[in-house]
Amino acid sequence: MMFDYQARRHFVDRMMVFLCGAAAFIALVPLGSLLWFVILQGIKRMGTPGILVAITVSLVLLALPYMIYKYLKHLPYLAYPLAFLAGLWVLGLLGQLWKVASQIDWKDMGFFIHTPTPVGVPGGGMGNAILGTLTLVAIASCVGLPIGILAGVYLSEFGKKGKFAWAVRFTADVLSGVPSIVTGIVAYTLIVKPMHHFSAVAGGVALGFMMIPITTRTTEELVKMVPHSIREASWALGVPQWKTILLIVIRTAKNGILTGVLLSIARIAGETAPLLFTAFNNQFWPTGINQPTASLTVQVFTYAISPFEDWHDQAWTGALVLLLLVLAVNMAAKLLFKNPRQLLR
Amino acid sequence: MIEEMDEKVKKTGAKVESKPGESRKIEVVHQEPSGEVKPVKMRAAQVCAWFGGKQALFSVNMDIFEREVTAIIGPSGCGKSTLIRCFNRMHETVPGSRFGGTILLDRENIYDPKVDPVAVRRRVGMVFQKPTPFPTLSIYDNVAIGLRLNGTRDKKTLDEVVEKSLRKAALWEEVKDGLHRAGAGLSGGQQQRLCIARSLAVDLEVLLMDEPCSALDPISTSKIEDLIHELRQNYTIIIVTHNMQQAARVSQKTAFMLNGKLIEYDATEKVFTNPTNKLTEDYITGRFG
Repeated sequence: MMFDYQARRHFVDRMMVFLCGAAAFIALVPLGSLLWFVILQGIKRMGTPGILVAITVSLVLLALPYMIYKYLKHLPYLAYPLAFLAGLWVLGLLGQLWKVASQIDWKDMGFFIHTPTPVGVPGGGMGNAILGTLTLVAIASCVGLPIGILAGVYLSEFGKKGKFAWAVRFTADVLSGVPSIVTGIVAYTLIVKPMHHFSAVAGGVALGFMMIPITTRTTEELVKMVPHSIREASWALGVPQWKTILLIVIRTAKNGILTGVLLSIARIAGETAPLLFTAFNNQFWPTGINQPTASLTVQVFTYAISPFEDWHDQAWTGALVLLLLVLAVNMAAKLLFKNPRQLLR
Repeated sequence: MIEEMDEKVKKTGAKVESKPGESRKIEVVHQEPSGEVKPVKMRAAQVCAWFGGKQALFSVNMDIFEREVTAIIGPSGCGKSTLIRCFNRMHETVPGSRFGGTILLDRENIYDPKVDPVAVRRRVGMVFQKPTPFPTLSIYDNVAIGLRLNGTRDKKTLDEVVEKSLRKAALWEEVKDGLHRAGAGLSGGQQQRLCIARSLAVDLEVLLMDEPCSALDPISTSKIEDLIHELRQNYTIIIVTHNMQQAARVSQKTAFMLNGKLIEYDATEKVFTNPTNKLTEDYITGRFG
């Protein structure tokens, strides 16, 4: 009798683990294929960095069969065939990848240092768009971060229960869910219309608006995580309230706040909609933040809807650069966030 | 306010003596029934405290004597922590709390509207139940931060003060080779001594200890107790403790509190051997609490 129950429970447990695992694997398919497509299409025009990407991806792929084997080591009848199949599959993928990668001119950095060329003229790049994206993110950070972080500190330190704090919190939650094109229209009406031309400032402000709710809420949560005893300890040393908050509380939560900041940057760096009619686009190197400015996303959009093969390739490469940018920022955030307990160290 | 206090001082039978040439630093003194006169460092008069609508302290009167250790004992929730937190105005940091009465530090009422609570806390430091070193800071910075945040920048002064404070807290020998390691990496007992060193680094006169040993093992506890004996040479100490043996070991005066009222306050020896109040006797002999 006893044995029966155990066997059944064991079976049900296995089944559930298998179901969840299968769902997780299926979830991986669209994400993985998206990455694969962008990489495959994007490295063509990327030059030197393209080769580096191809090498990195190859190494990751080669590690895949071994990882499968390692995770299923306790099930040899499953681990060996699966690892073998994965190995075959990886070989196929590698063939596909290097067929593309072998066409790359590995000394070519043109995509990163040149401005777009007219259709048919070879050698165009997105240097100005990459610089433009960085400019826009910088302007957005100048607008969004101070406001967002200080507002977050206010919410967690002073306005815990007030009606005003409730309103701020509610607005921030609503705003972080608002479609980004709405932010774009607002920035258009507020800045582009009175100035009568598109500009990097307008785009940066639109992105900055989007950063405020994200940073406000993450900062609030992380400052709340700082134990109250640390504040009390600081007060008991005769440290005034504002210094306690600035130099003890924020300092204690700084890794967490920085993570939130990086994630919000990663979030806005990939926005297209609010830039379409604020920063607009530009074929040349930017001459000032008061001018229309190209950005990777808008450039990718423009090229992708064009009818030209060369521009399509460049759009893919732009997408890959954007992806790597976001990946880098996310990796930095992950490194900071490695151990949640370390946030308070 | 001081005039008003003088009235109270007269009523409670103590007298105020002024030393020639020292008009500001007049000491409050207390005359024992035996005729002995002792300087009073802090005096609580008619101290009441509330959390929201709930009253936690009911007009407590208490003289804290200079360079003595005063222990406050009593069952959980009797208001001992609330009382000790009133002595450096930490009570008012709790939202919804209220305070009534006066507390003198030397001769100054620390609850006078003109007095800055931050300045009070620099003179009356506090050590908490759980060690609370600042987690992002090194041992050195943990000790130096009080001074730094109050405007001292000079490296040499800071070095001196850090060493002096750590020596006073009997931690110097253990940490001198790794002053720049994280303060949170020390053991619990060391962390607690680090917190004491941190309080000593500012111009401390009175040290409040809110159950400083209840999170520590017996060896760390005995180290802290030795330290309290050392510190008594220079500082006035008030210690809240659950442990009656500890109160008997470290203190010269013991106060017994129950339900927010001060039941008995006398020399430690007297409280533990021959308490006046029946309630004190019951508590000390373990009949309740």
